Amino acid sequence: MADVVHTAVLVLIVVSAFFAAWFRDLLAAVISLAIMSLMISLEFYILQAPDVAIAEAGIGAGLSTAIYMIALRACKRTRR
Amino acid sequence: MNPLSLIVRTVCNVFAWFMVIFGAYIIVHGHLSPGGGFQGGAVVATFIAFLLVAHGGKRLLGWVKEGLFSAVESTGLLIFLGAGLFGISTTFFYNFLAKKGGLFGSVVPLGSNTGVLNSSGTIALMNLAVGLEVVAGLSLIIVYMFKGIRLELDREEESHDR
Repeated sequence: MADVVHTAVLVLIVVSAFFAAWFRDLLAAVISLAIMSLMISLEFYILQAPDVAIAEAGIGAGLSTAIYMIALRACKRTRR
Repeated sequence: MNPLSLIVRTVCNVFAWFMVIFGAYIIVHGHLSPGGGFQGGAVVATFIAFLLVAHGGKRLLGWVKEGLFSAVESTGLLIFLGAGLFGISTTFFYNFLAKKGGLFGSVVPLGSNTGVLNSSGTIALMNLAVGLEVVAGLSLIIVYMFKGIRLELDREEESHDR
């Protein structure tokens, strides 16, 4: 059971990273990056590093997403 | 950033404080449980990002004061340095508060236990200092980032007028 969850989290990391590069809409790419960060945080927790998991969830999924959103506000939405 | 709808603003008003409390819990329990000054500070600094997204940048810039954040950041760093320098008579960063009674000075009983919150001497003090520093620093990053793009947006509007 634990192996299934672990494999699912690893697959989700790869899938969300692929979609972060694949989306043309930059806002969707940022959200995909936030999901990848959250999954990495879950992966750290499964690997018994809750300390790093909290840092990753706070910085990666919380603050860097907000900073990307602010930066997106100042530029054109779609990548050409 | 424009303010979002009334629902989002109300949810932010009610639930953002729980995140501050959770971050403060992580900072205060830094020597007992996973996490510490940096992790808790990052969680607390998400509060500013919440306010920015829900209430919009104009109201946020009316609420926050950059000078206060800079002062808190410097205070945290000075407390950290002071906690290191106060033990200089033995060694740098000597834990002069541990096992003395009083502030953070309780003696932890031997054997398996759940941990004593008022223990660990200067380690808890340094966690608090790092927490203050990280909260102010990351909040400043977000506020300055928003101010920077606001300048950019204003310039863009001017160019559109031309």
